[in-house]
Amino acid sequence: MAIENPDTGTWNGLFWIIQLFISINAVAKSFLQESKNRMLYYQSIAGPVNFILAKLLFNSVLMLIMSAISFILFALFMNYPVERSAVFIGLVFLGGWSLSLVFTFLAAIAAKAQQNAAIMAILGFPIIIPQLLILMKVSGTVFDAATVIPVLNILLLFASDLLVVLLSVLLFPFLWKD
Amino acid sequence: MIVLIHPILFHLLVNLHFPLNFAANLKATAYMKKQWWKILCVVLLLYTIIGGFLMNVPQREVIQESIRNLYFHVCMWFSMMILFTVSVVNAVKYLRNNDLKYDNLSRQYAVVGIVFGILGYSTGMIWASFTWADPNNPASASFASIAKDPKLIGAAIALLIYFAYLVLRDSIEDIDKKARISSVYNIFAFALLFPSIWIIPRILESLHPGGQGNPALNPQDIDARMRMVFYPAVIGWTLLGVWIVSLKVRMKNLKEKTFYR
Repeated sequence: MAIENPDTGTWNGLFWIIQLFISINAVAKSFLQESKNRMLYYQSIAGPVNFILAKLLFNSVLMLIMSAISFILFALFMNYPVERSAVFIGLVFLGGWSLSLVFTFLAAIAAKAQQNAAIMAILGFPIIIPQLLILMKVSGTVFDAATVIPVLNILLLFASDLLVVLLSVLLFPFLWKD
Repeated sequence: MIVLIHPILFHLLVNLHFPLNFAANLKATAYMKKQWWKILCVVLLLYTIIGGFLMNVPQREVIQESIRNLYFHVCMWFSMMILFTVSVVNAVKYLRNNDLKYDNLSRQYAVVGIVFGILGYSTGMIWASFTWADPNNPASASFASIAKDPKLIGAAIALLIYFAYLVLRDSIEDIDKKARISSVYNIFAFALLFPSIWIIPRILESLHPGGQGNPALNPQDIDARMRMVFYPAVIGWTLLGVWIVSLKVRMKNLKEKTFYR
């Protein structure tokens, strides 16, 4: 399979699994490598809401760049079965953004629990499954130029992203006290 | 059965002094005020089990008499969701009051919720082997097609989330930190759980009934005869879960008392 070109279903599934791994590693690095001293410094100069919003924003931008790079590499190395590129690129950005939001907050939780990267994967995996399922289902429709794009599902993804941001902002102050 | 026998035996052992003092009217009323719900639980469960097997049910082609499993399988899932809801309410209470009692309650409700979820899966497996499995196909082929059902995936996600909650609790040493962080995760995971359990099975097609609208809560979806046993059954099973939680909390308090002495 590594040498032959995969069919559309495999291409789709493989792409999103790789996005998942990219987001776990990218986000884990950004949060978990903060030393204790630096966290103390942040605590003295900024409030919790500002801190978590900054982290969410930074990880979103990081993930967008990573998604773009991985998409370009995917398109180059395996054949490009996507019919509607614009929709798929939009989906790539939306998916990358949702993954980064969830994993940022989970990295914040894991950072308090002895800075273990494995715990972040354990905590995050069940939560991210439904979003991945919807993403895979929606992106499965872009391979054929004739099928209708389910706009409702895309709005659903967007709504759940907003929910994650809201929850992070509400809950992070409790993690902030140390 | 062990799930049913254990709390009843424990309760009988703990309250063995009660029959000896039955003459004291004051103690009898005090007992009733605090423990009325346990008697209600036993009555409701007896009604569920006896009525569930003896009362008439609508006859369908494939499902026939095994539709009675509705009183057990679906009730397990309902009770699980109710117990998880109580768990998250206690997590919120802990974050507001910083009283470790709420954190303990939150954990115990999550654990009993997981037990009910596993029971729900077992009753579902038994039910599926009679209704969904094709006796002509080998078991592995049937299992593969059943396991892809979205409701099963949603339920598995719920159980995985709470298993991860328990893993998170065990990875932190300090009890205040443990309580705070696990409460935060409980609330976060619960808020993301509801979209996954309720919305996904409706988007993807499913073998489960109730693809249009609310399953089991929709008045047109369930026969009136079955509703008579179903609603008390949900209350009965949930009360059983609450009973088990109360026993676990008491055992933990006893353990802590002996430790500190």
